Amino acid sequence: MITLKNIEKVYQTKSIETVALHNVNLEIPKGEFVSIMGPSGCGKSTLLNIMGLLDEPTNGLVEIDGTPISNYRDKQLARLRNQKLGFVFQSYHLINDLSVLDNVELPLLYRSGTSASETRRLALTALEKVGLSARTKHFPSQLSGGQRQRVAIARALIGQPEIILADEPTGNLDSVMGEEIMNILLNLNRIDGTTIVMVTHDENMAHKTGRLIRFFDGQQVSDAKTATYNFQQV
Amino acid sequence: MLKNYLKIALKVLLRRKFFTFISLFGISFTLMVLMVATSLFDHTFGPQMPERETDKLLFVNMMREQVKEGYNSSSPLSYHFFDRHIRPLKTPEMVSVNSMFFQVNSYINNRKLALDIKYTDREFWDILDFNFLEGNAFTQQDVQSASRVAVINENTRQQYFGEAQAIGQYIVVDQVKYKVVGVVENVPVLRVQSYADVWVPISLKSQEFSKPGLRGTYFATIKARQAADIPKIKAEYAAMMQEVERQQPEKGTKLFSFPDTFLESIARTFLGNGKEPGVGILYGILAGLAFLFMLLPTINLVNINISRIMERTSEIGVRKAFGATSSTIIGQFIIENIFLTLLGGLLGFVLSALVLWYINNSGIIVYADLGLNLRVFAIGLLLCLVFGLISGVFPAYKMSRLHAVEALKGGSK
Repeated sequence: MITLKNIEKVYQTKSIETVALHNVNLEIPKGEFVSIMGPSGCGKSTLLNIMGLLDEPTNGLVEIDGTPISNYRDKQLARLRNQKLGFVFQSYHLINDLSVLDNVELPLLYRSGTSASETRRLALTALEKVGLSARTKHFPSQLSGGQRQRVAIARALIGQPEIILADEPTGNLDSVMGEEIMNILLNLNRIDGTTIVMVTHDENMAHKTGRLIRFFDGQQVSDAKTATYNFQQV
Repeated sequence: MLKNYLKIALKVLLRRKFFTFISLFGISFTLMVLMVATSLFDHTFGPQMPERETDKLLFVNMMREQVKEGYNSSSPLSYHFFDRHIRPLKTPEMVSVNSMFFQVNSYINNRKLALDIKYTDREFWDILDFNFLEGNAFTQQDVQSASRVAVINENTRQQYFGEAQAIGQYIVVDQVKYKVVGVVENVPVLRVQSYADVWVPISLKSQEFSKPGLRGTYFATIKARQAADIPKIKAEYAAMMQEVERQQPEKGTKLFSFPDTFLESIARTFLGNGKEPGVGILYGILAGLAFLFMLLPTINLVNINISRIMERTSEIGVRKAFGATSSTIIGQFIIENIFLTLLGGLLGFVLSALVLWYINNSGIIVYADLGLNLRVFAIGLLLCLVFGLISGVFPAYKMSRLHAVEALKGGSK
């Protein structure tokens, strides 16, 4: 569970002060699929980065499973990201020099106690889940956008994180591929119970999730259950 | 994890072939020069045939006389000085007197052959450890009776007799006929204390023995019973020199002569000030030169590394997002860099081996037998690691400080 209390994020340059987030209070319970929408520059990605412990709020409190993490050091934050969180980015961010399999294995490199053979087995399972078992030895440049994003999802889920944070995962994809990715995410949420927070510009996608939060100018303007969220649809 | 790092390192190297070439060339060329220099140093000063027990050997090459008003004159020792003052020293196990080498001519089948000849006593052969290919050194008896016998080196044997045996045959050197009693492996010219092509008994120069004065054309080679005796020998020698100085007819004359290791004698020639040989200064200068020599390629590598790593900001962001700490990132880039430098090191070794082979075979340094021995190899390996660390730590540290969000934003797709 992620809890945000009175989150504020201000970017300060010499002459300008930009408020990216203002007084954000959110609770994302375990197992929920939440989408965040809003115009460009409204603070969606900043919020996701703060939830993902990649960025620190200027003010306010972030709690993971009820534990405030404001005093955590680099090492503790890294461990938390490694064990509890998985990321999916709009531009995939795969490492081009590594094969699909090596890319997927990446999070487990930073987790002690997982043997090489176990890592390999988990990577193959993750790739099977996203339907890419046949592409393990390929390199990212040999894959289509949709396939790359599926690799990125496999990478996000190999460590069996409780929460996946997806920043516009379908933003670079056409509608068919976008649908495919969305279905994978919905399955993860429905079958594995993974909590997913997704930033999106796509109303259609957003309405497939269970809860939709809208942002405008760094502030949360609405937060509601979606009517269309239906497990049976998946 | 290591496998993953090495895979990436290899990929990155292959992706930027030009940068890789520049990096590798910089490392391997620098290492090659350093290793050839180290090998030369080792070859000159380290324990090598025939001066194997360097920790027990001292050499006296010079006698410097300073009369009033700073007028200096220096040259090797006179036989008289050796006989009167060095031979009676009590601490050494053995002392030898031997001449500098002189270039003389010889003719074989109307072909002129320039040879270096050296006059030695019997002790010379006992103190030093020559590799005999045939026969033996001349005996005490030969020296006492001034026999015209000679030990020659491999090269001289080749010139005179080709592949045939040399023992019992005669050679004419500088119009004197000598019977060959022994053949030794070539001694490199850098070993000035023992080097020659032909060694003959010192008694053949007996007309010089009674010449008075301190300076002449002779060296003294001193062997200690054990390495720990070296300071005692030096102290006894210094006391003896004080006495000799006191006995000088011209008051105010200062004498400088020291039993030195070969390194000390070289350092004293160039850097010594009176009593101190200046070995420390020599090492300091050599280390300084090596450092400066390494500094440029290191700075160059730092630069190349920064730009190489900068291209990978996205990767750094991803790794951080999935649980890498800053120190893991530093570790990764350092490992990559050490991999690169070791690769450069390997090339450097191959290059060094080629250059040393060339030096050995070209005759630039007479009878050089330079090799990449274990010591040189260890120094080279150490240099590689120092290179890798110095040129990798700064860029790695810089990049590890990169904020994950910024790294992800700056990354390529």
